[in-house]
Amino acid sequence: MDRIAAAFARARHENRAAFVAYLTAGDPDFDTSLAACRAVLAGGADLLELGVPFSDPLADGPTNQLAAQRALEGGMTAARTGELVRRLRETSDAPIVFYTYYNLVFSNGVENYVRAAKAAGADGLLTLDLPPEEAGELLAACTQHDLKTVFIVAPTTPDSRLPLLCAAATGFVYYVSREGVTGVRDQVAADIPAAVARIRAHTELPVVVGFGLSTPAQVREVARAADGVVVGSALVNVVAAQLADRAGLPGRLQAATAALAAGVRP
Amino acid sequence: MTVPAESLAAPRFALPDAAGHFGPYGGVYVPETLMTALHELTAAYEKARSDPAFQTELTHHLQEFAGRPTALCFAARLTQHCGGAKIYLKREDLLHTGAHKINNALGQALLARRMGKRRIIAETGAGQHGVATAAVCAKFGFDCTVYMGAVDMERQALNVFRMRLMGAKVVSVEAGQRTLKDAVNEAMRDWVTNVRDTHYILGSALGAHPYPMMVRDFHRVIGRELKEQILAREGRLPDEIVACVGGGSNAIGCFFDFLDEPSVQLTGVEAGGRGIRRGEHAARFEGGKLGVLQGSKTYILQNPDGQIELTHSVSAGLDYAAIGPEHAHYRDQGRIGYAYATDDEVLETFQLCSRLEGIIPALESTHALVYAVKRARELRPEQILVVNLSGRGDKDVQQVAAILKGEEGPSNR
Ligand SMILES: Cc1ncc(COP(=O)(O)O)c(C=O)c1O
Repeated sequence: MDRIAAAFARARHENRAAFVAYLTAGDPDFDTSLAACRAVLAGGADLLELGVPFSDPLADGPTNQLAAQRALEGGMTAARTGELVRRLRETSDAPIVFYTYYNLVFSNGVENYVRAAKAAGADGLLTLDLPPEEAGELLAACTQHDLKTVFIVAPTTPDSRLPLLCAAATGFVYYVSREGVTGVRDQVAADIPAAVARIRAHTELPVVVGFGLSTPAQVREVARAADGVVVGSALVNVVAAQLADRAGLPGRLQAATAALAAGVRP
Repeated sequence: MTVPAESLAAPRFALPDAAGHFGPYGGVYVPETLMTALHELTAAYEKARSDPAFQTELTHHLQEFAGRPTALCFAARLTQHCGGAKIYLKREDLLHTGAHKINNALGQALLARRMGKRRIIAETGAGQHGVATAAVCAKFGFDCTVYMGAVDMERQALNVFRMRLMGAKVVSVEAGQRTLKDAVNEAMRDWVTNVRDTHYILGSALGAHPYPMMVRDFHRVIGRELKEQILAREGRLPDEIVACVGGGSNAIGCFFDFLDEPSVQLTGVEAGGRGIRRGEHAARFEGGKLGVLQGSKTYILQNPDGQIELTHSVSAGLDYAAIGPEHAHYRDQGRIGYAYATDDEVLETFQLCSRLEGIIPALESTHALVYAVKRARELRPEQILVVNLSGRGDKDVQQVAAILKGEEGPSNR
């Protein structure tokens, strides 16, 4: 079993949803980011979603935009992102999924990108601005190199698109619980269980839910309906708050992750 | 305004394909949240496009509100100055709000009204598209928000005031390099968030399908009029047509009806900024690479990793890292040629045109004039060169005055 499937199977075996943590690779610098990734894994993340910073993150709100900007200013490149994953693999077997924009995947050859990501130790790829209609080349490369794909379903997605999206995904399906960009929200959307059920009618893959979750109570609420719960901006905010004390970040981040991840543990 | 049925069969009308591709370019590269909105927009546009009532309504507003048709004007003293081909100017600068942008803003506003949207958003660089959008929103009673980079708000302050006068909310974009590309990002973020009741009036032949096609179609009126006017005036087609290329809307609108006239050379002029060095220009065909940005696959100025490069141009409307996908396609085909003009050349020709013709051109449009002045000298006096004068330069006079006084050189921004 691949690492992604294994992580969801393990959570299911424990009768709980998986906890997915998002951080931006290289935010605010390589060494701090490596320590931050290790801290969220130590804090109880079952899966790490690693944002590969892009200059023009049009699906992201201010929190992740600033994180990407810090990472790029801190010298993050495609090569350094691979290096980060290789270093994480020295100490962790947790699944790692890249979360990025298509130009970074496309610009030096889709197959080259996929091969390098897999070789570095990544397990999956979520390309925010690549709908399945345009994803033929990427899907072929991911099949060839056994990198799993993740596709997003939105509240505006009609049922008629679900077969296409679910067929393109090989790792898991990600339901974004709101229209809009990434960023912390006060309230959890009301219709999550119905949306998850709608998606499950088209796939056996795990369905994770995210976008805007920031408290253990919200995590607990969503965990009742989904196979996995994603928390991003709330963790990135912890990074942003520790810029002046980078050495203190791992401790804070591990504690924040543990508090949020408690939401998936009964 | 309506296209005769038989001409729809010509190959150029087959593009883009149903998924928005112009050869290998174009397509739809957006977050899933926008896919349904784009499909709905495509369907609504296809319906409106073949509906004579829509075309009649649009033509009516283009005449009554925007001031079409625009004149084709012989530039006698500029022609004399160059001593070569006859130079004509297609006067899109005479349109209401000061540039070609109103053609597209009107078309999309009428479409949004048909689609039952209440709210309009737009991005703007030079402010001309923002002003055109603000005007049509005032006219038709839409709530209007325009995103504009903070740098552009400063260099195009007059247009910010105009938009606000007409009731638009102008939001300053502080992200990235704070110019057009960043304003597009911010408009797309708004659209992702408010997609159910909001229409995004994209201002150039850019972005995801159906925008490049739709924006082109709304500007085709430029080329159609030009063809009639030059035939009436000269009894023949021009030898060459020149237009500036930001995203590419005024150029493709002007060129489209000449694509299958092989005797007419077509030339797009990009912004050469301070010269073709990384970060110093916005000439995508000079050092750009195939990529995907803001919805479309096309030529993009980017670094070896795929991060979008900074751009520079004295003209805010051309200061953008990507070019419309249809231009990339016709460049491959060899049908449209591309050149660039530098800031310094533009500043000189801006003054030349003002002095010789009594027409103050927009800095964007002046890029086309720079090429035309050089090119006319290479052509014979009986040959005809048409420049699409996409906009007027009123918005630019403060910035140019400051540059000429040495307060703000194009080389010390
Ligand atoms: C007068 C004028 N011309 C040209 C442009 C460039 O846009 P496009 O290439 O879409 O015509 C602008 C954009 O702001 C403009 O204001």
